[in-house]
Amino acid sequence: MAFSAFATGTAQEQAPRRKSKIALLLLLPGILYLMLFFLVPLVSLVITSFQAPVPYGDIGEFQTAFKWQNYVDVVNTYGEHILRSFGYAILATIFALLFSYPLAYFIGVKARRWPLLQNLMLVLVIAPFFISFLLRTLAWKSILSDESFVISGLKALSLMAPDAHFTGTAAAVVFGLTYNFIPFMTLPLYSNLQQLDTRLLEAGSDLYSTPSKTFFKVTVPLSMTGIVSGVLLTFIPAAGDYINASRDFLGGTGTAMIGNVIESNFLVTLNYPVAAALSIILMAVILVMVTVYVKRSGTEDLL
Amino acid sequence: MLQGAGVGASALLLAACSSAPSAAPTAAVDRSEKQKSLRFDSRDTYRNTTGEDYPLLEKFTEASGISVTYSSAVSDDNVYYSKVKNQLKMGQDIGADASVLSDWMAARWIRLGYVQDLNLDRIPNLSDIRSRFALPDNDPRRSLSLPWRSGFTGIAWNKEELPEGLTSVSDLWDPSLSGKVGVMSAMRDTLGLIMLDAGVDIEGADWGDSEFTSAVNTLRAQVTGGQVRGIKGNQYKEDLKSGKTIAAIARAGDIMQINAEAGDKWGFAIPAKGGVLWSDVVVIPIGSTHRSNAEDFINFYYDPMNAVQVAAATNFISPVDIRQLEIDVLDEAVSSNRMVFPTPVTFETSRTFRTLSQGEEQRYGAQYQTVLLAA
Repeated sequence: MAFSAFATGTAQEQAPRRKSKIALLLLLPGILYLMLFFLVPLVSLVITSFQAPVPYGDIGEFQTAFKWQNYVDVVNTYGEHILRSFGYAILATIFALLFSYPLAYFIGVKARRWPLLQNLMLVLVIAPFFISFLLRTLAWKSILSDESFVISGLKALSLMAPDAHFTGTAAAVVFGLTYNFIPFMTLPLYSNLQQLDTRLLEAGSDLYSTPSKTFFKVTVPLSMTGIVSGVLLTFIPAAGDYINASRDFLGGTGTAMIGNVIESNFLVTLNYPVAAALSIILMAVILVMVTVYVKRSGTEDLL
Repeated sequence: MLQGAGVGASALLLAACSSAPSAAPTAAVDRSEKQKSLRFDSRDTYRNTTGEDYPLLEKFTEASGISVTYSSAVSDDNVYYSKVKNQLKMGQDIGADASVLSDWMAARWIRLGYVQDLNLDRIPNLSDIRSRFALPDNDPRRSLSLPWRSGFTGIAWNKEELPEGLTSVSDLWDPSLSGKVGVMSAMRDTLGLIMLDAGVDIEGADWGDSEFTSAVNTLRAQVTGGQVRGIKGNQYKEDLKSGKTIAAIARAGDIMQINAEAGDKWGFAIPAKGGVLWSDVVVIPIGSTHRSNAEDFINFYYDPMNAVQVAAATNFISPVDIRQLEIDVLDEAVSSNRMVFPTPVTFETSRTFRTLSQGEEQRYGAQYQTVLLAA
């Protein structure tokens, strides 16, 4: 859905109208793939979320039922974690946008005159992908640990209290989410801004518009599809992330996100209905938030 | 065609949704006579190696003609179980002929009928098992699981920061250590010590929900009050090394390891009110087709001469009674380490967390997670 933002032109109008058997045949692997790896697990997840424990059954043993109370229970027990997840994801998305927009603007618009610099900066944006997500997060854990140069320096400058910590806090988790998802924000923005017609900016200037007014009235609206794509590509995985908030990485006991709760219920307590109900809630809330966001952004064609 | 795919998908769906109990699986046919191979799933720290070599594994292969594939697949019991539980339930091969598990996980496998009966006649060296490990509550005949490695859980501290040392779990809750205490995420280690500190005999059957809840509440109060800096898996060692924590609930072997790596900076003690004796055991999964090969392997490692070498190389307590050999074979500096070569008196200072019933395992596990997730 979000990737359609990269497309240009009115795709609907350009779509072929004649039915083709070859096209259907070519579509078949994709449909089968979606059925097998999306539809079947999704329905399985929904059914699991309503399961009830087998009477006198062992740990991890559940039977098909319609125990809708599972949903009430998880909201009551883990409501705080659900809110925290979306709070962290929203903050990380905003920070990623604030960092990425100037970067993408520079690479896509200002650096057009220097293709070498443009390519070099693009490589720098993509470079973190060459290293495992886990390793990058572990590296930040070391960089931001109490004894690190960064934290020691902040404490020496009295910018942090002597006994304060950064890892294990909400700020560390949001920082980690922001860092890890910045490329997902930057690339669609770059892809969009690269096509920005700078003559429109000159026209704004000719019409006595201030640079900031031109930016908000011309540049931002024209790059809205890039912004929406970047926001979706950042917000959705950030809301379900469980690495950054993990106690073994940047989080602590008070920063657990919904992904950590799902992991714990799925792997440790083997409470599959709770894990499934939480997954469904996560999906549903994301879907609602994304729909509202896209409608309000005036880019319904993304859906 | 799409209809067909839909039917197939429905069948898959029904299979995927099934987590109900089924009849206990039956043991696979043993093909050890014809297939001289063994796949052994264990933990990374249990290899006794010399550089890149596995001296005892090679010696075993030379003596028996059985080739061994050693894997460190069991880094986390819960993750390992999640990977293999569906095959176990159906009695299928899990890709391992013997698996080393925590005793509590082995108790679950035994309860669910996921392990094969051992032919004890094929393991004559079992006669040398330490009495402490001979009769566990989850395997009264010792015919389904055998102890593989053990160790003590107690309290550790940074000797430079706390030269006086610590003597009890309650010492960890001293306000002067606020925000500098680490605890292990392993439930039986951490809550076991807290319960012992409260005077509960964790090995006995006369404790239940109220004692466990009280220990959970003690830990929760220390976590929410900021006394505990982190509840971690193996990462707790790194926190001690980096100075993030200066005191912790810890395993003796881990402290020996960080002392060897970063200088003799940390002290370890079994608390005055008792420590936790943990054990990992070896089981033969129900779908293994090389039971006899696995039994030969276990018998080889239960040979006292081999067992003493393994204990000295890995710093874990051997299940084999090797008291005389320790003195005869090892340097005194090594054999006098009572955390690896304990005497019967050392064993008396620690208790083993009793096996939980299926109901307790579910309830207590969920309750403990509420502390870890601050739920």
